[in-house]
Amino acid sequence: MTSKGQGRTAFAYLTPALLVLAGLLAYPIYQLVLISLYDYGQEQVSGGAPLTFLGLGNYQNLLGNQQFWTVLGQTVAFAAVCVVGTLLVGAVLAILATRVRTWVRMTLFLAALGAWSTPAVAGSTIWLFLFDANFGFVNEVLGIQGFSWTFDKWTAFGLVAAQVIWCSFPFVMVTLYAGIKAIPGEVLEAAALDGASAFRTAWSVTLPLLRPIILVVTIQSIIWDFKVFTQIYVMTNGGGIAGRNLVLNVYAYQQAFAASEYGLGAAIGVVMTVLLLAITMFYLRALRRSGEVL
Amino acid sequence: MRRWLTEGFVLVIAGVVAFPLFWMVLSAFKPEDEIISADPVPWTTRPTLDSFTRALTVANFGRYFLNSVVVALIVVFLSILISFLAATALTRFRFRSRTTLLIMLLVVQMVPVEALTVPLFFLMRSVGDSVPAFGLNHLGSLVLVHLAFSLPFAIWMLRGFVAAVPVELEEAATLDGASRFRFLWQVLFPLVAPGLVATSVLSFIHAWNDFLFAKTFIISAVENQTLPLALQVFVKPDQNDWGAIMAGSTLMTIPVLIFFMLVQRRLVSGLAGAVKG
Repeated sequence: MTSKGQGRTAFAYLTPALLVLAGLLAYPIYQLVLISLYDYGQEQVSGGAPLTFLGLGNYQNLLGNQQFWTVLGQTVAFAAVCVVGTLLVGAVLAILATRVRTWVRMTLFLAALGAWSTPAVAGSTIWLFLFDANFGFVNEVLGIQGFSWTFDKWTAFGLVAAQVIWCSFPFVMVTLYAGIKAIPGEVLEAAALDGASAFRTAWSVTLPLLRPIILVVTIQSIIWDFKVFTQIYVMTNGGGIAGRNLVLNVYAYQQAFAASEYGLGAAIGVVMTVLLLAITMFYLRALRRSGEVL
Repeated sequence: MRRWLTEGFVLVIAGVVAFPLFWMVLSAFKPEDEIISADPVPWTTRPTLDSFTRALTVANFGRYFLNSVVVALIVVFLSILISFLAATALTRFRFRSRTTLLIMLLVVQMVPVEALTVPLFFLMRSVGDSVPAFGLNHLGSLVLVHLAFSLPFAIWMLRGFVAAVPVELEEAATLDGASRFRFLWQVLFPLVAPGLVATSVLSFIHAWNDFLFAKTFIISAVENQTLPLALQVFVKPDQNDWGAIMAGSTLMTIPVLIFFMLVQRRLVSGLAGAVKG
């Protein structure tokens, strides 16, 4: 077939996807930026007041706001704890999984599969119930009935982080396990023949071979944990008492839909998108460097 | 000896990981007085379906269950069709802007969809003015956004599966007189089925689990809420009906769990395929 005909068929196949993506992703992204440049509140939405173009006014407002910086700091710290926790738990369990008999491994994977597939809302409520001040099983075991985990800012963050790690480590574990299993046995035998110790083999053979996979799961975890919404919203009841458990996502939502500051909410959304796209660029470069081709 | 220790440790971890789910199912079957007891115990001698009955009748959980199923299934169906065609175009054809499209697909996956609630809210509001079924307060709005969110990854992932089908097969089919259309749906489509299964599961879960958009779009139409929001109905500041909440969570988790179990192998190989590109 001629290359022109090819192009035409390809375009026909792509049309539905392009329509959906243009209308429901590209256009909203453009709108997000646009709204963030306006003073867009309840009155403007209902048509009671004219739209005023603020330029970067919402951003200035945001950057000059102490709460924004607090929330940004909390978001980064919270994501960091979740990412490190997820990777550590996932990696340790992936390694252990290679050293046990099949039925033990299957038991672990089955449990992990359960945690993985639990919907975020359901998972959050289960954890809330387990850690409930009066009727929770955890307080019963620890003998601290009446202690509220969600009242204090840091125990609340800790509880949410634990829940996030619980439902996201399985992805890391399964992926890393598959990666370890995919390393050809001959490579490890060769290392053993050359007299490499177990530690040396792990450090100089297995780890470099796993690097691309580790990179992928790390960046994937960063992206996921940076935009946790449901867990924070459900477990701290919309961002904690006086908003002290807010992360960027929930903050943007509250500004837009609770305070009706749609312009400000959009500006927070833009900031978050830019941060995540920066991470993505890093991801793409890393993929390229590890020899992936598009 | 060391292996016994490792295995023991792994089994304990598996128990800890599975415990929240065990607790959920157990609490769903416990009678109410055992749930709001100051000394909860990890067993029950009087299992009952009271909590399920309460969830299904008082909170109309069945209706929300059905809503969630409808949204998720339509999303899966449409995303299979659209992403299959797009993935075929991107792997089987060479045309200008192909690489650009691929890079855009990857980048667009990284856009935090949560940030788009504000513009999508207003978009759905205007859509609703002309086509109410896809506007705010209707399930159509949820179908639209979840379709859009699941497409980039579905296309990205299917590419690998389409690419794995040898080009010779297409040539053979053409020689045998099969039209392009027939080749597409009767040869290629069944061959990439494993990839389609993996992507559908992810699209299904995406739509099924969504809390944010259901909360944002379904404002006043109580009858059009989905499961995650219905679960919130029970969560009241002081008096939580934990029994019904756990029964509802169980009902919400089980379909996903079954789905996951059925396709876990394909999912993992599919993900690995997607990672390798």
